[in-house]
Amino acid sequence: MSVTASALKARKYRTVTEISGPLLVVKSVSDAAYNELVKVETGTGEVRTGVVLETSEGYAVVQVFEGTSGLDVDKTAVTFLGETLKVPVSTEMLGRIFDGKGQPIDGGPPIIPEDELDVYGAPINPSAREYPREFIQTGISVIDGMNTLSRGQKLPIFTEAGLPHNILAAQIARQATIPGKEEDFAIVFAAIGITAEEAMFFKNEFTRTGAIERLVTYLNLAENPAIERVITPHVALTTAEFLAYEHDMHVLVIMTDMLNYGEALREISAARAEVPGRRGYPGYLYTSLAQIYERCGRIHGKKGSITFIPVVTMPGGDITHPVVDLSGYITEGQLILSRELHRKGIYPPLNPLPSLSRLMKEATRYTRKDHMQLSDMLYYCYSEAQDLRSLVAVVGEEALTERDRAYLAFGDAFERRFINQGVYENRDLDTTLEIAWNLLIEFIPESEWKRLDPEVIRTYCPKYREKK
Amino acid sequence: MPSIGKIVRVAGPVVVAKGMRGSQMFELVKVGELNLIGEIIRLQEDLATIQVYEETSGLKPGEQVVGTGELLSVELGPGILTQIYDGIQRPLEVIKMASGPFISRGLTAEALPRDKYWDFTPKVKVGDKVVGGDVLGEVPETPLVTHRVMAPPGVEGVVEEIAPEGKYKVEDVIAKIRGAGGLHEVTMMQKWPVRRPRPYKTKLDPVQPLITGQRVIDTFFPIAKGGTAAIPGGFGTGKTVTQHQLAQWADAKVIVYIGCGERGNEMTEMLERFPELKDPRTGRPLMERTVMIANTSNMPVAAREASIYTGVTIAEYFRDMGYDVAMMADSTSRWAEALREISGRLEEMPGEEGYPPYLGARLAEFYERAGRVVTLGSEDRVGSVSIIGAVSPPGGDFSEPVVQSTLRIVKVFWALDTALAYRRHFPAINWLTSYSLYLETLEEWFRKNVAPDWPELRREAMAILQKEAELLEIVRLVGPDALPEADRAVLEVARMIREDYLMQHAYHPVDSYCPIEKMYGMLKTILYFNQKMGEAVSKGVPLVDIIRLPVREDIARMKIVPYDKFKDVMEEVKKKIDEQFTSLMKGKEALTVKA
Repeated sequence: MSVTASALKARKYRTVTEISGPLLVVKSVSDAAYNELVKVETGTGEVRTGVVLETSEGYAVVQVFEGTSGLDVDKTAVTFLGETLKVPVSTEMLGRIFDGKGQPIDGGPPIIPEDELDVYGAPINPSAREYPREFIQTGISVIDGMNTLSRGQKLPIFTEAGLPHNILAAQIARQATIPGKEEDFAIVFAAIGITAEEAMFFKNEFTRTGAIERLVTYLNLAENPAIERVITPHVALTTAEFLAYEHDMHVLVIMTDMLNYGEALREISAARAEVPGRRGYPGYLYTSLAQIYERCGRIHGKKGSITFIPVVTMPGGDITHPVVDLSGYITEGQLILSRELHRKGIYPPLNPLPSLSRLMKEATRYTRKDHMQLSDMLYYCYSEAQDLRSLVAVVGEEALTERDRAYLAFGDAFERRFINQGVYENRDLDTTLEIAWNLLIEFIPESEWKRLDPEVIRTYCPKYREKK
Repeated sequence: MPSIGKIVRVAGPVVVAKGMRGSQMFELVKVGELNLIGEIIRLQEDLATIQVYEETSGLKPGEQVVGTGELLSVELGPGILTQIYDGIQRPLEVIKMASGPFISRGLTAEALPRDKYWDFTPKVKVGDKVVGGDVLGEVPETPLVTHRVMAPPGVEGVVEEIAPEGKYKVEDVIAKIRGAGGLHEVTMMQKWPVRRPRPYKTKLDPVQPLITGQRVIDTFFPIAKGGTAAIPGGFGTGKTVTQHQLAQWADAKVIVYIGCGERGNEMTEMLERFPELKDPRTGRPLMERTVMIANTSNMPVAAREASIYTGVTIAEYFRDMGYDVAMMADSTSRWAEALREISGRLEEMPGEEGYPPYLGARLAEFYERAGRVVTLGSEDRVGSVSIIGAVSPPGGDFSEPVVQSTLRIVKVFWALDTALAYRRHFPAINWLTSYSLYLETLEEWFRKNVAPDWPELRREAMAILQKEAELLEIVRLVGPDALPEADRAVLEVARMIREDYLMQHAYHPVDSYCPIEKMYGMLKTILYFNQKMGEAVSKGVPLVDIIRLPVREDIARMKIVPYDKFKDVMEEVKKKIDEQFTSLMKGKEALTVKA
């Protein structure tokens, strides 16, 4: 993919002059290449990995993935390896578990690589992309009905601490299918700074459903080096690209939690004394996130695809937090979990109003003709209901008109019957849309069905369909 | 003699080289063994600081840097339209053929196809006196746009030779002009440095609207041809959809669309849709008047900085032909972030939120390249460049530096509103906070070309929306029941204006584009209904009965009536309004009589 600069031999130095945060400054080096891979040996013989962040005549700044604790200025040896960071890839990686840098940690044999790929990849040429339009059925009504997922889409879950985002991500991974198609698929799962318990949950889920055979797992847990997290998403996506574009697989990538990635980036930036952008995060956070998210998609002439569901925590429910906000600017929509719905006992507690799938209009052209219009109609009704709820809190229900009461009742029923479903309940699209129609018939007078074409109503509404 | 130096430092996209004495600011250089493309952005004795337009992984001190002696320039000539370029005008289709679906490094590709023949028709004769900007000949570049081959700015003299009608390549000499400076050989292609605005004679007042077919824009917040507008909005509020709508429907001759640091799939969407979509005025594919510049978010950040200038230079070139050009930049925030990143690597003193202190000046310089002008040349052609920039404020916070610096310059502000987007009111342009400073200057045009009472209708509708906002404050405190009937009638008509007029479906085959005459008819009908409603309410007809009138559904569906049937439908709706109100009033009278 990317052209490597002329081969350099490995060069070893013992000239570390400064250690600060995750960074080393190595003196008397004049030929370190930008982004060159580095081996760092401690006085006790422990080996760590790093890359060159800045290179100049006379010195190089090296970022150490495992952190710098235990390193000293005198004994540390730094070897510049003459190549950029690459990972070995192979289809044998399915079913295996790796650390955040891509080293096997499941006790199995080393990977015999089919290829070695640059972890940062290369940008996809926009004119080579194919627009994602294939509807993926997740079996979850509020996603399929109102925020569809398409093959090649990047659709994050924005969540808060204590909400069932992991259960939801696992349910999507378990149920996602293209109706009527059996195809070669794979799941790449990357844990970024989450707890061992959470990682175990995913492992058990995938084991139970038999998906473990098709799964590549990358684990950088909370106890693992934080700096390594800046590389884990790239390593995982390099494998995903290999499986999708070299082996024609449909790859679903799940990463949790991207907030930890952002924090690792911030730590490095702070150590380099860079001028911060918002809230201490570096100015290039957007570009760094984009270089991760934009690696998914579809490419003309390639059978495989990469669909990406990152989980991003909104600290304190703050959707304007830089990592969350910038993710929203890059991804093709967002699924937002709400504590309020969760408190009401609704699962999945996914609030459709701020959620969005940007690719839905295209995907629904190939599903059912009433799909998009029904979704618009549900949005309209539920947002009316929400507005009225805040009004009722002030003036009481008596002050409302008949029309308003109908919307209010709709709102409650919509949450209980449409959004709410079981963790193991897999609803097909027809079932989802049928629930939607029935809610409208039951609560909303037909004169209010402004977002529905008369023709669509006649063809799809159960009330008229059954009369025929 | 171009200078040859050596790299001394690499940090991300910024490279410092020594031994570069003799280079100029903004000179294009080739960096390292891979010949990466870069541009000099700072000179200090023999040290040159270079921003590199490609990924710098693997670059190391000691590698060579070679100057080209040229400034970063674009190639201008037939073959630009229908293309998709990256930020430094490399055609992405050609790159795809060279390196496959992923963009590899160190590739060069000519912006204009060199081997393609164009039909050239001369417009001057031997012996004619010409000056820079004069049209020497014409080439039908696409069925929609005739490319006017002009004498480059600065060239002046007598035509000694002119190519006869026939087929030529862009590098063929099509004219020889003898002037004070000697003999000028003119080809169909000229080069122009992107950071230097192309010259014109004078700027004119913007007195014509750029009709966009979007009701909320054309009615309430119009932009003039040659004007500037900003669309700020948080994510998911529809910046890109609005930009795409404008690129599709704006009545400009040429569209320049810059995808600057945004999603790859959005460019793909345009690439797939524009060849299929038809221009509403000519019926030809929209692609034939469009050029796209795509430097998506994962492409190198320095090229993102350049992409805006590449785009506006191309826009100015078509303006110089005497055409109206509309340029969309999505998003200027990403461009500003690129500035910030480069500035940070240069270790400049930061201004607000880490942006360089010259952010405002750079933005102003860029927007100042818009305008309606008298072009160079003896014909005094009039052309315009309108610039519409999207802004992506972090956290949807309009007080951040990029939004604020932009608002100081642009004349139109379309504020996208997250609350509207959540309820799927699209376009989510907030009618209370947005503004257009062109309203007054354009009023005369609207009176003359649409209807004499257009400004009054507009004002009336806006007053209703303002009143609604006030009333809703009260409703929030005491509930709707506490309002008098007349005020509740205002809420009803305001709802009609919002839902039946302002909301517009970008993907509906009819509603996506609304001709200005249809807008007038729709607004007139709604306000006519309002007038009748006011009369009825004042006579004591209960509002509930009016709300139930079936004609309201007819009004709501007017937006999806095709334009050729619209006149009849409108007449019919008006008749229904009359009939239904008359019968309401009769019923009321009957009741009163009985009582």
